[in-house]
Formats: sequence, C-alpha cells, structure tokens
Amino acid sequence: MKPGDEIEPLAVTPDKYLTVRYAGASGDFNPIHIDEEFAQQVGLPGRILHGLYTMAQVARAQTDAGGGPESLKRLSVQFRGMGLPEHELVVTGKVASVDDGVVVVECGCEQGGKRIIRNAEAELRLPDAP
Amino acid sequence: MGINTGVIGKTYPPAEYSVGREKIREYAFAVGETNPLHLDVAAAREAGHADVVAPPMFAVVYSFPALWPVLFDPEVGIDFSRMVHGGQEFTWGPLVIAGDEITTTVRVADITERAGNGFYVFASESVNARGETVCSGRWSNIVRGA
Repeated sequence: MKPGDEIEPLAVTPDKYLTVRYAGASGDFNPIHIDEEFAQQVGLPGRILHGLYTMAQVARAQTDAGGGPESLKRLSVQFRGMGLPEHELVVTGKVASVDDGVVVVECGCEQGGKRIIRNAEAELRLPDAP
Repeated sequence: MGINTGVIGKTYPPAEYSVGREKIREYAFAVGETNPLHLDVAAAREAGHADVVAPPMFAVVYSFPALWPVLFDPEVGIDFSRMVHGGQEFTWGPLVIAGDEITTTVRVADITERAGNGFYVFASESVNARGETVCSGRWSNIVRGA
C-alpha cells in the first residue's frame, strides 16, 4: 500500500430485517432502529440503521484490505445523516500515508449519493510490516 | 434544560463481560463478516488462536454494559429523544477471543455546549484478564437543544 492507493470498495445492502438482527447481536434495542411506527412518530423516514452497524462496514473494508482483524488498530468516524435498510451502502477509502508500517486510510460510507459516514480515518498495521 | 459540566471526569463502576463463542458468531453474521477467524473454531485454532476471534467492532458488545449507567445518569441528564450519535473512535490492542473476560470502565470525558446543542464525550477503556487494554473508545453524542 502506498499513498493515493484506493482500498477495495465494500458494497452491502442490509436487508429488511437487518436492524432487528443487529439489535439482538449488539444489545442496542433503541426503537428508532426496529419499530417502523415509532421511527415515523419521531420524524424519521422509517427505521434507520444503527450508526455502529454502518461503522462496522467501514471497519470490515479495512480489515479486508489489511489482511485480518489484527490489522485494524484505530478507527474514528463521524456520523452524518441516516442510513436506511434495503438500500446499498458503499464504503470507500484511500491511503493517506504510510509510515513505519502504519497505514492511514481516509475513508467513508455513502448511501444513495449521501455520505452518511464522513471524515473517517483508519490506522492499519499490516501483518508483514516491520 | 442546560448542560452540567460539573460531571466531567466522573467515572462509573467497571462492568464485566464474558465473551462467548456463539455471541461472536451471532455478531459476525449480523455485520456480514466472512473471515473464518470469526466463525469457524477450527480455522481460528489453525491460525493460533484458542477460539473464534471477535471482529474489532465487537467492542460495541462488550463495552455497552458499561455505557448504560452514564447514559441514564440523572446528573449527566441526557434527553434520549434529542440525542444522536455524532461520532465514534476505537483504538484496539490485542485481539479479543471467545472465553475472554473483559472489564470496561467509563468516564465522562467532556461536555460542551455549542449553538444550543450539548456535546457529550464518554471514554471507555476495556481490559482483558491479563490486564491488557483491548480497546479504548470515545463515544460522542449530540443532544439537540440541550
């Protein structure tokens, strides 16, 4: 990896019931993620994705690029806007710097042309790095 | 309502979490992980791990029990109906493996008010039974009209 290289984009379309499975898996049962009526009552278009699910997709793109879970040492994201089930998420990233075996990737996630995670930065340590 | 900056620095009792093999698999399936290290005990052992490996973002699962007390602390005074998750940062140490016992401590790192909104930052630190920090988290929440 060298500065300017793009990491392999990751595209995933969370299915209709994903937010229910993620709520169970993560322990976050906020009704805005799992109850269509409740979500609409509080002014949302409908049930929205958990931000941390979307962040997990950003993380997955990094660990896929870095060669495994051990490669990801740091990830920071800002959540902007809302992700929706049944619409494709696309994670992209570009190598910003490589220093002493530490690769910094500037990345983000968009859905339908909207950047729902922006200013994300990942730090990878590659397995074959010194 | 206003913000209470007097609570900055407050810490909460540590919360313990026992990492289970099936919980890792359930989480890995939910987020679409395909790496066999998270799903297949034999593959994980072949790679030198005692059991399946937690994906990095599994930090959410073992940290959450420590977060609830601060989110519901009346002294912090968060109005959930106005709260949005603004940002998140995790820094990872050694891998978490099924069978690990993780202890997480949470501290109120910062509270500020800007343009009528409250910005709350909580810091979590998760440690395994060997005393190694497996994950540090910074959880940034925005309460509109705080």
